[in-house]
Amino acid sequence: MKKTNIKKLLAITGFILTSSLIHNAAVAQQKNDPKFNKMIQDSFRAEGIAGLDRIDQDATQKFCSDTQFANSKKGEAMRVKIQKINMDTIKQPSDGNYIGDWKAGERIAQSGRGATWTDKADAAVGGGCYNCHAIDPKEISHGNIGPSLSGYGKLRGYSQEIITYTWNRINNSKAYNACSNMPRFGHFKLLNEKQMQDVMALLLDPESPVNK
Amino acid sequence: MQRKLTLGLATGLVVTLLTMTSSVFAQKSATDDIAKYREMIADGNPSELYEAAGEDLWKKPAGPKNATLEKCDLGLGAGVVKGAAAQLPRYFKDTNKVQDLESRLMTCMQVLQGRDPQEMIDAVFQKGPKKDMEAIVAYVVTLSKGDKIKVSTAHPKEKEMYDLGKRAFFFQGGPMDFSCASCHAENGKRIRLQDLPNITEQKGAAMGWGYWPAYRVSSGQFWTMQQRLNDCYRQQRFPFPIYGSDVTIALSMYMAKTANGGTVETPGLKR
Amino acid sequence: MADPMRVRAAENGGTVDVKILMKHDMESGQRKDAAGKTIPQWFISTINVKANGKDVFNGQFGPAVSKDPFLNFKYKGAKGDKITVTWIDNKADKRTDEATVS
Repeated sequence: MKKTNIKKLLAITGFILTSSLIHNAAVAQQKNDPKFNKMIQDSFRAEGIAGLDRIDQDATQKFCSDTQFANSKKGEAMRVKIQKINMDTIKQPSDGNYIGDWKAGERIAQSGRGATWTDKADAAVGGGCYNCHAIDPKEISHGNIGPSLSGYGKLRGYSQEIITYTWNRINNSKAYNACSNMPRFGHFKLLNEKQMQDVMALLLDPESPVNK
Repeated sequence: MQRKLTLGLATGLVVTLLTMTSSVFAQKSATDDIAKYREMIADGNPSELYEAAGEDLWKKPAGPKNATLEKCDLGLGAGVVKGAAAQLPRYFKDTNKVQDLESRLMTCMQVLQGRDPQEMIDAVFQKGPKKDMEAIVAYVVTLSKGDKIKVSTAHPKEKEMYDLGKRAFFFQGGPMDFSCASCHAENGKRIRLQDLPNITEQKGAAMGWGYWPAYRVSSGQFWTMQQRLNDCYRQQRFPFPIYGSDVTIALSMYMAKTANGGTVETPGLKR
Repeated sequence: MADPMRVRAAENGGTVDVKILMKHDMESGQRKDAAGKTIPQWFISTINVKANGKDVFNGQFGPAVSKDPFLNFKYKGAKGDKITVTWIDNKADKRTDEATVS
């Protein structure tokens, strides 16, 4: 009785493994579609500060728009490549300072404004951090698209390694995760250096409410 | 042996419950209270005011041809409004293209009333000719309330629109790399305290497609689906999607088809 | 006359449940437009509801009531009662609508 059960189990496992291998092998990159491209080109117009250049995809956006391939085993080589492209563009702070003012950082984290076609070109862009992350535990109005950052510094420590990693992550999250949902704040100049230093302080100043 | 196991499990469960942070409870009670508030105000949906105005406009002669919209074919025959919105977007033989409710209404306004569609396209939302459109949309969708969402991709152009819409859903662009999928492709996600439906699955697609057009309390305005899509793209930091453009119809096709079987709850009431 | 209201009234066990949806911007007079100018006050000041000619509800709205107000109240009445709703706003504009209790 036991022997036939084991045989059945092996057969089923074998079937599942082979079918998943076949599935993975079948995933190829999405083909370029002229009809689709034309639809995108013809469907938008420039408005305010939002120009048509915004629908010209860079390599990262092109790759990550093809989620099936981007998440597949075959896509791994490309993921590594995309991460490197993004990592190479990151600049460390020009004044050598990584940590700014956490109070200003909290204001930046709270603001989701800027960069839309109804915004003026000189309007300050917010980080929109609370849209996706828990940060100061007192703020219950936060999203869950990204991981919680409560206790960020307390949990990780304040070493230079952590500081550099965090700076890089805010500048360009895709340096570490090719298709991260997080905007590339430094890369697209959404936040300037001072703003990023202030957000850094929110996470890595031991006096910040995040670390209390 | 078994008693020790059950005791261990029970202690573990109690410890886990106790260590759940207070903020989790705060969120849950906040979202529950919001749901309660919505239930309370569901009865006084100001969409009804738009619907009443829309019914008048449907029956009022307008445009250079001084005609009403009563002969408009929304897919179920000339003048048949009941149940039509639940089956849009769909392919129309006379225009040889797939149309959503608003682009089809523009066709009827043009053909029956002699009105210039470009005026409607160029008008700002909530102003001028768009005010008429918003009222008429409220009227038409109310007459599909309670029906099942039922769009077809049997016609090759319908299938093509669906495929283009699916691809557009995942198209990343703008300085924040956002696509529709950035927010609407996973279960259990929310921005701040606003739950996000997963539009890639039937249940989530029906939450989105079935509840818009809606009266949006925060703006005090009735928003059609085109306006909802327009504002999505604005938040995605994209350029401006042209009113009734192919990308808006393709996305509508993708969402509606994915929502098939769900219930039409429009006109909705949103925060 | 201003935009029409939606008036519904249903009787159950001797009590009539009246629901009224009004179309009105209800501008508080505290908001500023994009240019920084204060948007002038414009709101419903009084509302009166009669059933068969007799007052069943009198209200004084003001800037605290928000846009497109929804009013819901109950009174002792019967099926067939004729409900008349009238509001007057601070610009002396008014609107009257009627309904029959079902």
